[in-house]
Amino acid sequence: MMGVVMDDFILRALLAGLLVVMVAGPMGCVVVWRRMAYFGDALAHAALLGTALAILFDIAPLPGVILVGSLISYLLLKLQVKKDLSNDAILGILSHGALAAGLILLAYMQSQGKYVNLMGYLFGDVLSVSNSYLIWLAMICLGIVLVLWRIWSSMLAIAVHEELARSEGVAVDRVRLLFMLLMAGLVAVAMKVVGIILITALLIVPAASARRFARSPESMAIYSVVLGMLAVVSGLLVSLQWDAPAGPAIVLSSVVLFFMTRLKAAV
Amino acid sequence: MGDYLISADQLSLHINQRQILDAISLHIEPAQIITLIGPNGSGKTSLVRVLLGLLQADSGELKRRDGLVIGYMPQKVHIDPVLPMSVVRFLRMGCQVTDADIDSITERLGVQKLLAQPVQSISGGEFQRVLLARALLRKPDLLVLDEPAQGVDINGQQQLYQLISSIRDEYGCAVLMVSHDLHLVMEATDHVLCLNTHICCTGHPEAVSKHPEYLRLFGSSLDGMAVYTHHHDHSHDFAVDEDEHKHHDGCRHG
Repeated sequence: MMGVVMDDFILRALLAGLLVVMVAGPMGCVVVWRRMAYFGDALAHAALLGTALAILFDIAPLPGVILVGSLISYLLLKLQVKKDLSNDAILGILSHGALAAGLILLAYMQSQGKYVNLMGYLFGDVLSVSNSYLIWLAMICLGIVLVLWRIWSSMLAIAVHEELARSEGVAVDRVRLLFMLLMAGLVAVAMKVVGIILITALLIVPAASARRFARSPESMAIYSVVLGMLAVVSGLLVSLQWDAPAGPAIVLSSVVLFFMTRLKAAV
Repeated sequence: MGDYLISADQLSLHINQRQILDAISLHIEPAQIITLIGPNGSGKTSLVRVLLGLLQADSGELKRRDGLVIGYMPQKVHIDPVLPMSVVRFLRMGCQVTDADIDSITERLGVQKLLAQPVQSISGGEFQRVLLARALLRKPDLLVLDEPAQGVDINGQQQLYQLISSIRDEYGCAVLMVSHDLHLVMEATDHVLCLNTHICCTGHPEAVSKHPEYLRLFGSSLDGMAVYTHHHDHSHDFAVDEDEHKHHDGCRHG
């Protein structure tokens, strides 16, 4: 069908993409509600530094990326305490600081003769997902979903009104930190699928498209997953059919879907 | 003695080296309605936040009765339209409530017809009543209402204060209200604290309204009414949700 042979690598790419959007759907809704898109970018940039550090210390990239992402989240919370700088400014500093450090470190690693796949980090490399990576990815996604399930109602209360949530006994600071760590985990696995430049799109676009259909926070999360899955399937088909890079094809599909949901509303 | 819901003794608070609260002592008794009045920047909201435990005082002592349940209605709640949420879902958030409670309380506050609607689509006055319903659903010993009548036109304000007063009688909870206009809340309140960093004067609403400290802060009552005339001018855009929000944003900062 359409000249697509269901080779193993395609199946793995498909599974990896679907797993990531299943988590990115609900998390993306929270990101949209809480206006955390810029934080997603900062985490993505930090992921490059994490990858570079992982190469430096000769460990797997996943723990390196998660570690640096967690560090960035922690620094953000610390810098936010003194309210003399806006969130945007703090995130800009952390984000670009991490990006610059990551690029320098990667260039250094390359000069030392290490294998550096910069294009893969930037734009994703979903067609090269291995079986063992897929297992890690599935476990991390499962972990994220379980934690997200537990903090969902608290997260929702914070999204509605942080102070009201706090006055009603929600452990606002703990839940916020947990959510940021979950995002660091998601960015680490999503990096392979769409690359660091486009990770935020995977969070925001399906959630934004889902808003139109949703009557409740949960239905928005579910629509967001469905739209994300559609984007992954159509993106991979486009990628295979026209030999387009898979990550950008997935993101572009989801953007096309977004505009289609807007069109439907206009009729 | 000792039958207090909240008892504060000599609370002081500084933010960025600026004194916000100076040696505030107050006691809230069960089923009492206390109104906190004061000009903008007098520390009303900060005091409320300290009493709620959202902000830590630098010095002084704060005691809350064990197991005290507080229903809080914050100032200026804005729920972003990107978050899909019906009124009933908003009411149910954060605590276990029975359908019977939802029915009776929303009917009492006249918002039962709004339950299925998106919470962003209702008017400012309706939203304030939904917030009040949400606070009541927690079966509080104390209701804390920060400027409950904001964004409500002048007739609605009087109705709202009457409602708050009758709610106290029906549910037996104490009420701590913040307001910047004494004359509107006068009938609904038992006790008034006039705040301007420190407590300027305190007592029965009638007595406070004639107190020299109060008059020095607020001048004649006509000045106070002028602010509300402005509210009234704008009540025609009441039904339009977007305008409504912009409107009370402007008023709050003014």
